[in-house]
Amino acid sequence: MDDQAVLKTTPLHALHISLGAKMVPFAGYDMPVQYPLGVMKEHLHTRAEAGLFDVSHMGQVIVKAKSGEYADAALALEKLVPVDILGLKEGRQRYGFFTDENGNILDDLMITNRGDHLLVVVNAACKDQDVAHMKAHLTDCDVTLLNDRALIALQGPRAEAVLAELWAGVSAMKFMDVREVPLHDVPCIISRSGYSGEDGFEISVPEAHAVEVANALLEHPDCEAIGLGARDSLRLEAGLCLYGNDIDTTTSPIEASLEWALQKARKAGGDREGGFPGADRILGELANGTTRRRVGLKPEGKAPVRSHAKLFADAEGKTEIGEVTSGTFGPTVEGPVAMGYLPVSHTAAGTTVYAEVRGKFLAMTVATLPFITPTYKR
Amino acid sequence: MLKFTAEHEWLKLEGDVATVGITQHAADQLGDLVFVELPEVGAELTKDGNAATVESVKAASDVYSPLDGEVVEVNQAIVDDPSLVNSDPQAAAWFFKLKLKNVSDIDSLMDEAAYKDLIG
Repeated sequence: MDDQAVLKTTPLHALHISLGAKMVPFAGYDMPVQYPLGVMKEHLHTRAEAGLFDVSHMGQVIVKAKSGEYADAALALEKLVPVDILGLKEGRQRYGFFTDENGNILDDLMITNRGDHLLVVVNAACKDQDVAHMKAHLTDCDVTLLNDRALIALQGPRAEAVLAELWAGVSAMKFMDVREVPLHDVPCIISRSGYSGEDGFEISVPEAHAVEVANALLEHPDCEAIGLGARDSLRLEAGLCLYGNDIDTTTSPIEASLEWALQKARKAGGDREGGFPGADRILGELANGTTRRRVGLKPEGKAPVRSHAKLFADAEGKTEIGEVTSGTFGPTVEGPVAMGYLPVSHTAAGTTVYAEVRGKFLAMTVATLPFITPTYKR
Repeated sequence: MLKFTAEHEWLKLEGDVATVGITQHAADQLGDLVFVELPEVGAELTKDGNAATVESVKAASDVYSPLDGEVVEVNQAIVDDPSLVNSDPQAAAWFFKLKLKNVSDIDSLMDEAAYKDLIG
């Protein structure tokens, strides 16, 4: 019996093949890990010019209150997310996460105020669980997973110039603004955001026009197609978490060093203090601290240190103290970079810890994140 | 003489010393290399045992010893610049030189035509 599940494809699948992509399975989809340029050059190109990424595998979900009022949808979603959604202005986006009863993270996501509804973008691997979670709890809302839209990310210092060829108004957008705009006569929802540490955009396109819009962007000489391999090295250099690696159902947002994502309104003393799953633990950690935290880690040598490598306080590997959750080679940093969790006694920048790699204990230094300087258009 | 293994290594025999590297096919499959770890000079290697490690941006891969022997020289050039393995894997980017325990062992390995058949 053939147990291999058939992989899903995005609207840009044929385009990736025609561009010579090396395809791999990811979250149940057949996705491009790299194109003929290769991971290194694709990464460097994105930081120098503009890279185009197919992220259509991610879930785009509409949350609309049955009353039709934004406030009702916002207050409903606030029951699942420790973030100020009521106070989010129309045409603005915010980072957040679903928490569970233990105060751990179920998924991280982006939330946009679209006027009379919310647009929630979730990770591909969690999309079905997230939709079920929202449907189960947001009983006064209609929760709809859009299955007819592609999502294209355009990232890099030349992203604005590339997008401006299709829409001159792009220069007025600031980081985390969201606009609905025709590109090539196709109505698209564009946010000024991304997962690379560079200025850039995420563009939601009706699937029937996804190839056309992607090709229009790729026509610009500064724009290259970029695969998931470079997407990972870019986000790691930028200090951004990958759900399933750096954050999961064993990590609280405070342990994950994501307390910046919580606004005053949801914290102790705020207008809508708590009221999300795991609030007691999360508000407790905000008040009293945690026993461990996510930090950046810079190997002292040339060898990459990858996720699941154990961390030790000593060079002999006697005292195990933590674990690497993500690690790769950073083409911009020109060396290996990693993130992991350490006890708060060992989280000061400059602290030396040791990672077990192929039977040896390699020195790593705790580093502040990000490893590169982000260029968000604030 | 030039021989190949099913694990995508090549060997060039001169006397009883074989220069060992990975094939163009292997280098292409691995993608951009960012790190190379070579065996110590003097190390005793066994056929199909771990000899070296290479890392691309995405993952680590093992390079195996094609035959039994002793490492007599390693190529520091590829440690200093792993990208050399992608640009010239079958010449300048050799990995190590192995003094073979039994020169005749090499006869059991594939020739170039057989390797080309293997990779299709």
